[in-house]
Amino acid sequence: MSQTHRKAVLNLYKTLLFLGRDWPQGYDLFRKRLNKVFVRNSEESDPNKIALMVKHGQFVIKEIEALYKLKKYRAMKRRYYDDN
Amino acid sequence: MSRVLVGVKRVIDYAVKIRVKPDKTGVVTDGVKHSMNPFDEIAVEEAVRMKEKKLASEVIAVSCGPAQAQETLRTALAMGADRAIHVEVAGAEYETMQPLHVAKILAKLSQDEKADIVIVGKQAIDDDSNQTAQMIAALLDWPQGTFASKVEKSDAGLTITREIDGGLEVIKTKLPAVISADLRLNEPRYATLPNIMKAKKKPMKKVSAKDLGVDLSPRIKVVSVVDPPVRQAGSVVPDVDTLVAKLKEGGHV
Repeated sequence: MSQTHRKAVLNLYKTLLFLGRDWPQGYDLFRKRLNKVFVRNSEESDPNKIALMVKHGQFVIKEIEALYKLKKYRAMKRRYYDDN
Repeated sequence: MSRVLVGVKRVIDYAVKIRVKPDKTGVVTDGVKHSMNPFDEIAVEEAVRMKEKKLASEVIAVSCGPAQAQETLRTALAMGADRAIHVEVAGAEYETMQPLHVAKILAKLSQDEKADIVIVGKQAIDDDSNQTAQMIAALLDWPQGTFASKVEKSDAGLTITREIDGGLEVIKTKLPAVISADLRLNEPRYATLPNIMKAKKKPMKKVSAKDLGVDLSPRIKVVSVVDPPVRQAGSVVPDVDTLVAKLKEGGHV
């Protein structure tokens, strides 16, 4: 792994781990799966491919944040607003 | 340019299954995940957006509670508040703390900090009191815009759209004013890891209720806390006639 991408990948991993603490099925499951994905791709040496993967990771972060927001909004709506 | 004071409460996380203590004195809070009250997140978001639109000069987050309330304040700081005030209330005093006490503390602080707008969540998801905003407005003799689903700046004050039964109500208030945030006011941002790290450098002041001259003696006594009744199991009826008979029996037809 090139030095330039090293920091980006580490940051991605840390950010995803942080997000995993709120994962509905539990942090352990999230951490295991996340680790598996990163280990599987750890041999990758093509900088372009790594950049692409990091970009995909950023996309996943956005998706997880959106998922949490929606989940919370829906829970609140169900508890306080849906009378019928 | 106005200064905004936001009240935030640390509550049991919305996704946690609440368990009642066997002795009926309250709910189990030890070792349970806590987070910021979802309606307070909306309040913080609104204050931060006001600052981003240059309508507010400073956003101050306030929380009353034990030492862990600081984590909630950190979240508010990570979302974009400028500084935080932790009003330390712990132990038995915290257990009997009521919206009136919180309102008195927030009213006092908003005068001390010369705030022009106070924003709080409409209610907390633990006690569902829905009283704090109204009480703050009454104590300060300020106008109030409760259940706000839209807040706009108009020439002399604010134009607030309120969610009321069966529709919306638009009101105009002067400043200073008290606002309570409803669910549809905005979509709160997620406190990201780098922002939480940066928030650790933001100033947090610690005061006690005594410093503010607020008496925390309890006004009510909790008699008992019990689980809501369990939904009764349904039954399968063999044919339509039995169904109709049962419905008639229950007075539904």
